[in-house]
Amino acid sequence: MTKTKESWGSRIGLILAMAGNAVGLGNFLRFPVQAVQNGGGAFIIPYLVCFLLMGIPLLFIEWSSGRYGGRFGNHSTPYILDTMTKGRILKYIGVFGIFTNIAVAAYYAYIESWTMSYVLHSVKGTFVGMDQSDVANFFLSYTDVLHSTTGIPYEAVIFYIICLSINVYVLSKGLGGVEKVAKIGMPLLILFGVVLAVRGLTLGTSGASETFPDANAWDGLNFLWTPQYESIMDLKVWMAAAGQIFFTLSVGMGTVHCYAAYVKSKDDIALNSVSAGFMNEFIEVVIGSSIVIPIAAGYLGMEWVMENAGFGMAFQTMPYLFQQWGPLFAAIAGVMWFGLLFFSGITSSLAMGTPCVSFMQDEFGWNRKKGAWAFGLVTLIMGLPTVFFFREGVFDEYDYWAGTVSLVVFAMMETILFSWVFGLKKGWREINMGADIKIPGIYKYIIKFVTPVILIVVFLGTVFAPKGNDWSGNIRSLFSGNGWPLDNLSIINKITNSGLRQQIANATDPVEIQRLQENLSAVNMARGFLLVLLIFILVLIYVSYKKRVREGRVTTT
Amino acid sequence: MNTTALITMILAQGVVTAAAAYFFYRVLVTPPKQEPDSYTENDDTTPRQE
Repeated sequence: MTKTKESWGSRIGLILAMAGNAVGLGNFLRFPVQAVQNGGGAFIIPYLVCFLLMGIPLLFIEWSSGRYGGRFGNHSTPYILDTMTKGRILKYIGVFGIFTNIAVAAYYAYIESWTMSYVLHSVKGTFVGMDQSDVANFFLSYTDVLHSTTGIPYEAVIFYIICLSINVYVLSKGLGGVEKVAKIGMPLLILFGVVLAVRGLTLGTSGASETFPDANAWDGLNFLWTPQYESIMDLKVWMAAAGQIFFTLSVGMGTVHCYAAYVKSKDDIALNSVSAGFMNEFIEVVIGSSIVIPIAAGYLGMEWVMENAGFGMAFQTMPYLFQQWGPLFAAIAGVMWFGLLFFSGITSSLAMGTPCVSFMQDEFGWNRKKGAWAFGLVTLIMGLPTVFFFREGVFDEYDYWAGTVSLVVFAMMETILFSWVFGLKKGWREINMGADIKIPGIYKYIIKFVTPVILIVVFLGTVFAPKGNDWSGNIRSLFSGNGWPLDNLSIINKITNSGLRQQIANATDPVEIQRLQENLSAVNMARGFLLVLLIFILVLIYVSYKKRVREGRVTTT
Repeated sequence: MNTTALITMILAQGVVTAAAAYFFYRVLVTPPKQEPDSYTENDDTTPRQE
């Protein structure tokens, strides 16, 4: 059995840590962009339906699986799944609960390091006097490792290592450290978010300028919230809503299992999971939707937002917009914006580190400190290619395979295992054990039938993503005998590097061809790194199993 | 801001805020389980659930 004797300090601390795990940069950047691209106000209907039919059930499944595994002294997904099922092979499915965390933390810590650096630059007044293109170019030069914006050589690498070190330090303090960061970070994040959201909601037409005379924050809010009801009938919108719910809750990663594994059987998980889930929704729907889009529309106009809305706005646009508030308020707003992104990032990356540390603790008797440093070292080795070859596409490749595909695959498999192999009779009893709320009985059927079907559809949607994300068009094309044109982001086309190969084939400039070929090599290198990591963790699981056999610790259900 | 957008925004954000506040309130007012429970900071807390 485990030597772990750690526990949470308080129930509020656990819920804040779980909400912190879920709240990430996507709450502020991905959600509003998805809403703008998928029917504005009507997007919220499929979004909330998916939250109730897929999000909440997945939270129930992961919290209860984690607590069940914790009862047997297991705090990471390989052996949590092992205790839930009879098949010895099934623990290897749990590899995703460690692999995904290391691979995602590797590039996620890089984004975190940008936020740290941008807080510093906001305070220093680096962006004062810069126009919009200067701010955008500043980001490009920051991510060019050889270029320094502060005079510190290899600045991006240094900030990355500092950021990773902070994560390792907190992880080495155990659950207490994680909980303390959540208790400080989450209230500050909400405070910063509310202040910026109030500014976004009250900006109106005051940001219009000679260059952008039609700029109006209300246009942003109108676009975001005016329902386009016809879009509800579009499968693309439903797929986008399901995808957003899936990624915003940080399910399919093994982090929720790990945190819940430290909860005792008699304590509630039902109310805790719903509370943490809705806290994430509050930050996303209420705060996340009221910052980037209205502020950008308020200064640059809705036309600009439509053309440029995306993740890059956080670093390439927001600092410029804050400058319109004068040097002092620009610095304060910069600290708040990048501060809230930092807190949303670190609470998530700490959650990614915890299962890895717990695995080494449970299986090899390591202490927290040793486990945390090992996690930091492996993450650093995996992460440095994303820093050095950011522009060559290594970062995006990690995000695709670890941050998208692995999550979907693991969530689909764990849901099927929970509902059909572990069995919903036992599963339902586990969810309701010690519950402080009464869960509606309909969830029994939703978990058994609806959630697995939605996840299978999301998985198939990732494998066979239609060209241009045009689901309705592809279905018509299929039934009219013209086949199913695949998007370059579908797993099938991605494996064959179809998009890059097309670009190489279409390019005529030798310099451009050379650049694309270098990108192709970098992408293949990234896949090699991910594959080696996956095999390494599989070997660790095998070695730990053999160790358990020798020590007579093999779990029997 | 047009009326439809305003109503949609208030409804959506209102529902989510109310649900988040309600469940968090339930967490705050629910007494802890009998010791030993999962949390170390509430060892002296009373009352507790039966």
